[in-house]
Amino acid sequence: MGYKAKFRVWRGEGGEGRLEDFTVEVNEGEVVLDVIHRLQATQAPDLAVRWNCKAGKCGSCSMEINGKPRLGCMTRMSTFEETETITVTPMRTFPVIKDLVTDVSFNYQKAREIPSFTPPTDVKPGEYRMQQIDVERSQEFRKCIECFMCNNVCHVIRDHEENKPAFAGPRFLMRIAELDMHPYDTADRKESAQQDHGLGYCNITKCCTEVCPEHIKITDNALIPMKERVVDRKYDPLVWLGNKIFRRSG
Amino acid sequence: MEIERHEYDVVVIGAGGAGLRAAIEARQQGKRTAIICKSLFGKAHTVMAEGGAAAAMGNVNSDDNWMVHFRDTMRGGKFLNNWRMAELHAKEAPDRVWELEAWGALFDRTKDGKISQRNFGGHEYPRLAHVGDRTGLELIRTLQQRVVALQQEDEKLHGDPEAYIKVFAECTITRLLKDASSVHGKNGAISGAFGYWRETGKFVVFDAPAVVLATGGIGKSYVVTSNSWEYTGDGHALALLAGAQLINMEFIQFHPTGMVWPPSVRGILVTESVRGDGGVLRNSENRRFMFDYVPDVFKDKYATTEEEADRWYTDQANNRRPPELLPRDEVARAINAEVKAGRGSPQGGVFLDVSTRLPAAEIVKRLPSMHHQFKELADVDITKEPMQVGPTCHYIMGGVEVDADTGAASVPGLFAAGEVSGGMHGSNRLGGNSLSDLLVFGRRAGAGAAEYVNGLARRPAVSEAAVEDARAEALAPLERSGGENPYEVHHELQRTMNDLVGIIRKAEEISEALDAVEKLKERAQHTASPGGRIYNPGWHLALDLRNMLLVSECVARAALLREESRGGHTRDDYPKMSPEWRRKLLVCSATPDGDTVDVEERIQPSMRADLLALFDRTELSKYLTEGELTEYDAVKES
Repeated sequence: MGYKAKFRVWRGEGGEGRLEDFTVEVNEGEVVLDVIHRLQATQAPDLAVRWNCKAGKCGSCSMEINGKPRLGCMTRMSTFEETETITVTPMRTFPVIKDLVTDVSFNYQKAREIPSFTPPTDVKPGEYRMQQIDVERSQEFRKCIECFMCNNVCHVIRDHEENKPAFAGPRFLMRIAELDMHPYDTADRKESAQQDHGLGYCNITKCCTEVCPEHIKITDNALIPMKERVVDRKYDPLVWLGNKIFRRSG
Repeated sequence: MEIERHEYDVVVIGAGGAGLRAAIEARQQGKRTAIICKSLFGKAHTVMAEGGAAAAMGNVNSDDNWMVHFRDTMRGGKFLNNWRMAELHAKEAPDRVWELEAWGALFDRTKDGKISQRNFGGHEYPRLAHVGDRTGLELIRTLQQRVVALQQEDEKLHGDPEAYIKVFAECTITRLLKDASSVHGKNGAISGAFGYWRETGKFVVFDAPAVVLATGGIGKSYVVTSNSWEYTGDGHALALLAGAQLINMEFIQFHPTGMVWPPSVRGILVTESVRGDGGVLRNSENRRFMFDYVPDVFKDKYATTEEEADRWYTDQANNRRPPELLPRDEVARAINAEVKAGRGSPQGGVFLDVSTRLPAAEIVKRLPSMHHQFKELADVDITKEPMQVGPTCHYIMGGVEVDADTGAASVPGLFAAGEVSGGMHGSNRLGGNSLSDLLVFGRRAGAGAAEYVNGLARRPAVSEAAVEDARAEALAPLERSGGENPYEVHHELQRTMNDLVGIIRKAEEISEALDAVEKLKERAQHTASPGGRIYNPGWHLALDLRNMLLVSECVARAALLREESRGGHTRDDYPKMSPEWRRKLLVCSATPDGDTVDVEERIQPSMRADLLALFDRTELSKYLTEGELTEYDAVKES
């Protein structure tokens, strides 16, 4: 049942590092994170990896397995050949702290730049009435476990550090869509989605959707509809005329 | 060596539901607040809660109210609960849930647009506000986003988002600090906390007059557990070492349904919602065995035939509940007994089947995470075949003894909320009462801490000697070479607790566990962690071991003393529930070095007359002593 697998794991800190080879026992039903844990317990006690729930619910153990962004806890060893060498590296878009642990503060910074839920002032807690069908669109996006693999895989920032200041990434563009589709949100998010958070950078290659462990249709259900809402606003002839007359925009 | 320092009014340790709600409250009351978490912000164990938050809003059944919820909670806890906490919890839970909605939470809805509520074990009416089976995630995200909203407010007002509330992520506290020039004698007031950054290994001191513990539970002392790595009993241990007391440590909830296969996922939770939504438990003989396990105290409330049980899902007024929805302790023991009797499933659990009970599309809609989890981790399609499940260490009812109204522990300036506090759930927690507990008592502890700070004449001072001691203690595993492997010590502790102080206990085994823990404590003194200070998990584990060993000792000592079976404490050698023991709490304390743990009995105060009057005498006679019943009769007559 058990066998010895070949692993190559990225080790290093402070911008330096290399792939290190390991031979390690694998048992039936195990996932990549189990194997990393076995390496810690038996061969490399200081091997750094983030994890919490080991059930695909917290989004901590994001890593790249054979070059693909995956959750370590949800990648079963049975999906690989026993003879295959499995290469595990940290997420590429974020700076490495040590081994498989990256500095994901970019994401927390972006989260703080999105204006929060803005309910009407005259509805008291307990008075909210919403239909299931109206909450379902935003609920899909709230399934997000913040593994940040969508932001990791997005080519706008994956190898383009220079785009980071202007681009919130799929995770937080989806957060804007979530709020915009919330039945009680009163904020106007269309203009800022484009101007402040870089929605226009997204050219809908759907890489984010492909890596989402929650199978959220980020591109189809959040980003494209949000783009349409922006366009509706921008090219609506009445809005255009109104802006010309009342705002004297330059 | 210079140590990084921060000054705050309130320091909250732990960023799960209770910690975030406490921090939000402290900040809303104008206190400069730090949130310290071992993981990244938003990753706390609360995300694992699936079923929902219990709150008697009466949206689905208008007969529900706080009194019914209170009664259910006391019954679930076998009347050992701190009744004042159970009262506050039942009364305030609806407001706490509604408040989340105003902060952006999107719960599932009823047809008339209100928050939908689902059935759960031990709750008389549909009571759990939920979002599919990922309610904990919704709760944590909403609170996280509320913190961000407050930071945005502060940025507008003060030009700095972190002026009044700041998150210190991936930071672990190893010691609480107390007043250097103590006016309170040896029970000096809290003056701060000492810890290290996981990322750099550097030390940090928080100078603060109030500390709220919200560190969750202790499950990582067991092999088979639904708990994440963070559950190493940090808050329990920090409180003990600072001179506070723990109560009810013998009561551990083994959730009846954890995954049993594959071995690497053994213990991962299978939500009770599966049963709440119609799932049934069967043994290898295809028998719905729960009908054989309804205890006397619940006999009149549960169906006796499958037909009645099945009718209950659509007509609750005229039928009794299915026995699959008994409180968790009962179901866990029943599964344990079936497996022991040789009627288990091939992989050593029993069958939990929803595939023959609901249409496939409905299962995917109501239980999306479970569908996903079984498909990805076990190759099982729960819409087509049954799951195999068995008990898993899930929750500790015991924790820091606190004042119900303020969350204050016996040490001035120390507060606790959520799983790390004790009393609310008595000997067994009902499903759904955890998320509501976090909200109700998180808020109360935050308010309690703020009020305490308002009343202080001076800030207690951090003792430099204590900081130096904490630093030396934390560095020790890195400075030793060729010592014990912390992973091995941890693994042995987990096996010991699982095998000897698990779901069914007996005196000899508990004593054996205590001997083993004593030896492991000795070995933990000699762990060595190779590598440097930067993000070194071997070092972090070596430090967590102190806490796990200390709480394990409390669990075992209290379990040995309590000679009865009640809720999350089942003694093979004392199988009956004893009214005499119901009045007694077991209170743990420790010396500041953690070497000696002491357990004493204390009489629990009698329930307030108006609350007692919510129960009828026949029911109370199952739990109370003759003396207590005489008191009850006297009150009734007057």
